[in-house]
Amino acid sequence: MLGSAVSCARAPMNYMRTFGPAADPVTSLGWGLTIISALVILIIAGLLLKATLRARATTVSLSTIPITRPGGGSRWIYLGTGISTIILLGLVVWTMFTLAAIASAPEAPAFTIEIRAHQWWWEARYIDGASDRTFVTANELHIPVGKPVQLRLIGDDVIHSFWIPALAGKTDVIPGQTNLAWLEAIALGTYRGQCTEYCGAQHAHMAEFVMADTAADFASWWNHQLTAAPSPTLPNVHGESVFLARCGACHAVRGTGAGGILGPDLTHIMSRATLGAGTVPNDPPSLRAWINDAQAVKPGARMPTLDLPPEELAAVTDYVQTLH
Amino acid sequence: MNVSEAGRVPQLVSEGGSAIDEHLNAIWETPKGFLGALSSVDHKRIGIRYIVTAFIFLIAGGIEALLMRLQLAHSDLKLLSPEAYNQLFTMHGFTMIFLYAGPVLSGFSNYLWPLLLGSRDMAFPRLNALSYWIFLLAGLFLYASFPLGLAPNAGWFNYPPLSGKEFNPGPNIDFYLLGLIFLGISTTVGAANFLVSLLRTRAPGMSINRLPILVWGTLTASVGNLLAVPAVSLACVLLFADRQFGTHFFEVEAHGQPLLWQHLFWMFGHPWVYAIVLPALGIVSDALPTFCRRPLVGYTPVALATVATMIVGFGVWLHHMFATGMPMLSLAFFSAASLVITIPSAVSTFAWIATIWTGKPVLTTSFLFLSSFIILFVIGGVSGVMTGAVPFDFQLTDTYFVVAHLHYVLIGINVFPVVGGIYYWFPKMTGRMMSERLGRWNFWTMFLGFNIGFFPMHIVGLMGMPRRIYTYAPGLGWDTINLITTIGSFAFAVGILLFLVNLGVSLRRGKPAGANPWDAPTLEWSVPSPVPAYNFAVIPLVASRHPLWEERLNESPERSSLNAGYLLNQGRETLATTVLDAEPDLILKMPGDSLAPLILALALGLLFVGLIVHSAAVTGAAALGTAVAILVWLWPQRSLGQVAEPHHV
Repeated sequence: MLGSAVSCARAPMNYMRTFGPAADPVTSLGWGLTIISALVILIIAGLLLKATLRARATTVSLSTIPITRPGGGSRWIYLGTGISTIILLGLVVWTMFTLAAIASAPEAPAFTIEIRAHQWWWEARYIDGASDRTFVTANELHIPVGKPVQLRLIGDDVIHSFWIPALAGKTDVIPGQTNLAWLEAIALGTYRGQCTEYCGAQHAHMAEFVMADTAADFASWWNHQLTAAPSPTLPNVHGESVFLARCGACHAVRGTGAGGILGPDLTHIMSRATLGAGTVPNDPPSLRAWINDAQAVKPGARMPTLDLPPEELAAVTDYVQTLH
Repeated sequence: MNVSEAGRVPQLVSEGGSAIDEHLNAIWETPKGFLGALSSVDHKRIGIRYIVTAFIFLIAGGIEALLMRLQLAHSDLKLLSPEAYNQLFTMHGFTMIFLYAGPVLSGFSNYLWPLLLGSRDMAFPRLNALSYWIFLLAGLFLYASFPLGLAPNAGWFNYPPLSGKEFNPGPNIDFYLLGLIFLGISTTVGAANFLVSLLRTRAPGMSINRLPILVWGTLTASVGNLLAVPAVSLACVLLFADRQFGTHFFEVEAHGQPLLWQHLFWMFGHPWVYAIVLPALGIVSDALPTFCRRPLVGYTPVALATVATMIVGFGVWLHHMFATGMPMLSLAFFSAASLVITIPSAVSTFAWIATIWTGKPVLTTSFLFLSSFIILFVIGGVSGVMTGAVPFDFQLTDTYFVVAHLHYVLIGINVFPVVGGIYYWFPKMTGRMMSERLGRWNFWTMFLGFNIGFFPMHIVGLMGMPRRIYTYAPGLGWDTINLITTIGSFAFAVGILLFLVNLGVSLRRGKPAGANPWDAPTLEWSVPSPVPAYNFAVIPLVASRHPLWEERLNESPERSSLNAGYLLNQGRETLATTVLDAEPDLILKMPGDSLAPLILALALGLLFVGLIVHSAAVTGAAALGTAVAILVWLWPQRSLGQVAEPHHV
């Protein structure tokens, strides 16, 4: 657990140390390939250096050196190619076993998260069979530690690729087809990922996070996500009406009249750590800057510059901060 | 091909002479002046133009790369807007892959083929000129988008729907699509020309087991191009139709398939990758032995490995698409094929090392570039094996690891042999030697700069940095490595600059080279440097793989005849020989210099301009112009034996 925290802190996207059965066999293969590759490079570099230096000519006048055809060269080809072939065939076998090992989860997945990739954020719908247990969130997924989770990846606009390096490899999200993937975290912690198929202007700012929680924390998080937004208390009534007028066409807040589906569901926006799919931290100044002019924060993002009067901006920013 | 004066047996002469040289020169030399230069069909001029133009594009692509490296030197920099960055990386990829890496090798092969094969020109000299002009105009067409701020911006592989009308309504992608279709014409006619030249214009005795490996490489690449280019041209036509005429090949709403593009693109793209490395491997296989003072070890395995690579290369395209949600069986098949394709590369690698090991290497600048290429090839090869292993590729794909891999492949396997090859053949092309002193500086700056710049990309890739991001957040552990990469890439650029300086200085002040400064074995070194317009005064008779080393190797009693052979001096002529054994067969009448290729290329270029500005009038007029230019080109000419003579009836 501590290990995950440490490694995530230094290079959170590193995948040479992983924390789940969808990635671990691959990581072993990866280390094996890396070590074999490093050895091959060193051996060939050594041979090349030796070959160059052992009998190098001391003159630069080429025509003074006799032309000969010394024997013994073919052995190099037979031996070198033979050894390479054996290693390669071994790698093919290892690759196939690894592929089989990660093909499906070790036990039936606990539930399904349906992920729709948009320019440039992730919509996530949690599904566990009962329709009243379904809800929608964005960019930050919570999963129970030690339990495999099924992902249904649905393309919407252009091609994206879903990737949480420490938990599983990439699966593309392609319009017109549904790709399946699964992942499981064996250690508590936050795992960062980001879109890895070039998807336009803000491809660089399309991060996603997976939080692996204890079973109890996860259950309470899910239950909390199911709740609708509370009716605003008096100082925020005005903020809510500004929200409905200015933001509700694109964003949904369950329990209010805001039912837009173009942008992320904001019912529990304050339970998320970042804004704009990892672009900025979700703190009051960033939130205010984002609402005021998302284009300045994330140029090209689908959210327009709103040009709100200062009074409306303050009211709506305050209101949004009540959406825990 | 035109058979004329059937039955005339060409004169066999035992010795050339200045009278013969003068006569041939009068026949073959391109007229002086601007118009002469525009109409020249001399393969040597065309070859050098190809190389120079490709290098200009290399510099353009390099500047684009340096701008991107500045933007990425640290997290959250705001030097470039996202749109500017995205146009830059798209143009960088397109430029390096399509306008540098392929054409520069076409340049070498254009310059060298007739000299290596022992003929006076390519089989279709005017087609050769056409292929160059189209390449140049396609490049200019594409670059015209840049000052307009409308450069392609969907990456060099241009996946729909991002490149479709809905998400990319401007003309940016149309520049890409039309430019690539236009360039495809150049690649196709060039490949056809190489193939026919190889099959029919080799000197007598140049049987296929005596071909230099560069010829094997370009032959293989040309076959590959002929089969692969139609796939991408088709894909571009379909996407253009989607964007302009409302078809739905790739549009999901109308049940089109975005993945169709990826299949078509990579069916082309992967063979193309081999097309832009195999001739470069040929440069190494041919030039390296000269500096090792011995023939190449394993000629036959290396030649066969070249061919095998291309054949298997047609069965690995899916490894660019491992993460698209393919069935396990497809993944397993393409993964295995992608690992197996390494075996022919291992054959060549050990052949080169054995050649150096058993030879007496002379450490010239050219040798340094060619031998250091071997280790870059191995690094690019093993990282290719790593990405070929499907499950690990799920992690590696679309990260900087792949960026590192492809730069080791393209710079390591293309740029290093090309620069080594220029150090080797520059004396032949210009009659002057390049500076060895400056050459050392050039080599070490490029070699160190390249490795400092690009090796760390592997590591930042393993640390999860995706490719094609215009910036990244702090705290991901990528800052230091990116700074090192930026520094290395600038050092590499300085190395390229030193190379250009060496070219410039040596062109004016280089030592005179003489015909064969490296005491090399192949036919091109038997003629003066620079090469006269007619290449060979008499068509040589070839008796071995190393015509100029025969006396010393003394492996057979037969000797090539370089000064005595067929004299073909009744107009522009060269000898046609039979396909496998290169027995003398026919006299080929060769066309003279002509403006037709340039005019045809310009008319075609105008057609593409008409399409991009949506002008039916311009497009129609250009189509008419194209038809007229073709008609003029193909009009029967008496000098080519295309008009029946009364006494032959």
